[in-house]
Amino acid sequence: MTHTASTEAKMPDAGQGLNPAEPEGGAQGTKAFGPKGRGTKPARPYESPNVLGGILGWVWLGIIILPIYFIVITSFRSRQDLAANNQLVPTAEPTLQNFVRVIENDFFHFFLNSVIVTISTVAVVLAVSVMAAYYITRSTSWGGGRLFQMILLGIAIPVQATIIPVYYLIQYLGLYDTLWALILPQIAFAIPLSVLIIVNFVRDIPNELFESMRVDGAGEWKILTSLVLPMSKPALMTVGIYQALQVWNGFLFPLVLTQSRDVRVLPLSLWEYQGQFGVDTPATLAAVVLSALPLLAAYIVGRRYIVAGLTAGFSK
Amino acid sequence: MTETAAPRSTDAPESPQGPKVADEAKRPRPTTPPKKSGIHRQGPSFLMAVPAVALFGLFALVPLFGVIAISFLDWQTVRGTVEWVGTSNWETVLSDRSFTWRALELTVYFVVGSYLFQMPTALLLGVFMAGAQKYRALLSVLYFLPLLFSSVAVGLTFQSLFSPNYGISAALSWLPLPNDWLSNPNLVMFVMVFVVGWCFIPFHALLYQAGVRQIPQTMYEAATLDGAGRVRQFFSITLPQLRYTFITSSTLMLVGSLTYFDLIYVLTGGSPANAVRILPLDMYIEGFSSHNLGNASVIAVILVAIGLALSLLLNVLSGSTKMQSDKAGA
Repeated sequence: MTHTASTEAKMPDAGQGLNPAEPEGGAQGTKAFGPKGRGTKPARPYESPNVLGGILGWVWLGIIILPIYFIVITSFRSRQDLAANNQLVPTAEPTLQNFVRVIENDFFHFFLNSVIVTISTVAVVLAVSVMAAYYITRSTSWGGGRLFQMILLGIAIPVQATIIPVYYLIQYLGLYDTLWALILPQIAFAIPLSVLIIVNFVRDIPNELFESMRVDGAGEWKILTSLVLPMSKPALMTVGIYQALQVWNGFLFPLVLTQSRDVRVLPLSLWEYQGQFGVDTPATLAAVVLSALPLLAAYIVGRRYIVAGLTAGFSK
Repeated sequence: MTETAAPRSTDAPESPQGPKVADEAKRPRPTTPPKKSGIHRQGPSFLMAVPAVALFGLFALVPLFGVIAISFLDWQTVRGTVEWVGTSNWETVLSDRSFTWRALELTVYFVVGSYLFQMPTALLLGVFMAGAQKYRALLSVLYFLPLLFSSVAVGLTFQSLFSPNYGISAALSWLPLPNDWLSNPNLVMFVMVFVVGWCFIPFHALLYQAGVRQIPQTMYEAATLDGAGRVRQFFSITLPQLRYTFITSSTLMLVGSLTYFDLIYVLTGGSPANAVRILPLDMYIEGFSSHNLGNASVIAVILVAIGLALSLLLNVLSGSTKMQSDKAGA
């Protein structure tokens, strides 16, 4: 009791000392940002400023931004400039030469490969996972539960641990050094988590909806496409965005399962650029910046959907 | 992870928090007769699950058993010979190679260190981001940025940033910063834990933020009326209510730490003095650089065992906490 009282008494003081503007900002924010129509209330239940969170928040911002700032300003430098001037101050003579060099080295080709691999993988993962989730949640037979348990164990299998047999399997199937070698195994390793997330949603669809559709004579496909798919849309977004990030940024599968320039994807191309450009740090970092631009563009356009999509399924 | 969905079905009638489920259970179901037997079952057929099972089986389960098998083989890739050698790979890896135990030790440091760094930071950031002020929304936008970089991109970025000649130490030479971030065996483990945290904390903070936003505001209102301060509310409401997020996030963090191969490979390649040669990296070097696939498979099997043990442990732990906190929350 005494503890509670003393913290209450201290918190507002400490907060105002550090950041006097905060309470005012809080009141504004509640109107604009308050969850689900609570905007009419005068204030959120606790409006004493979150001092610890605030300090951590700003410190963390610095930690996040510094490396990004560094690669961006460095990518506009020349090599000579990097050696001669302070590395954390933007150059006085910015140049686009580094970007030109990267683009001339087949950047768009690698980009296209990444697009193909990511879209195919995610599309197949979504299709097969939603069907499996439908079976798992609605199956009345013994198999559904067993299948779910097996798939849950799959989450714990570290991808690295199976890369050696996957390498042989891919060679045996004659798929080594093709885009298929990247797509098929990544689908497999995306399935467990995807099924888990989608199952959590499909499970919440009321039984009555399934039953009424059955009574109306709907078949499995009809139920899947007009009931399960629309109702599990948040889960599908979560899975789609999360797995797209994983596949787009994945490095181990391309490193082990492909070799030639024709099927190189972006993360591997960065690795190769580094070898090719050698000590030309600005050119390497220009490639890093270019490789992040497509996702940055996607994030700027669809930020709301991306963040909502990422969190919807995981927070279930 | 199994438990995430369980309470909805098990404790529905008692729980005042779940009106939807309770309704569902009470409402009469006039149209459908109870479960038919045999062929006339109502559920979807197994065919629905076949594509997922086939893909998962062929490219994840078969390799999983494959790696166990290869750990008992002497597989010479260059000569193309395969020979059953029993436990000899296991003996080599566990006794003759001094690396293995060192790698296991480093893996434990790495996983524990990553967790201790990521979990509290992500939790506090998530709670902070869930607050109302506008500038927090702006910060949340910026926090997301590391998720847009591939691990190779992050690796190359930090390689430059930590470079003694062109990096932060050169730029801030007036500060007593070390300039051997990546070449000092005593420092490199901390650097790796930090860089991996840089990449993954934003994602987990996002999960916690979403978790906090789902906590009913009435709980905080009631607590405020009862005179509970912010700190008290954090420990008595926010933390218990975040338990599922906590389990999801912890599982992803811990199992994920076992597989942080990419970044470490790009940033250090295991050097200096193999100070960050954790198990996945050890396996890659042994298998694909030294071509000892048998030995590498032994390491892989150890990795799988640790991964499964961790997940099962988390499942058991979350199962026991679940029952307690459900009662407290109701």
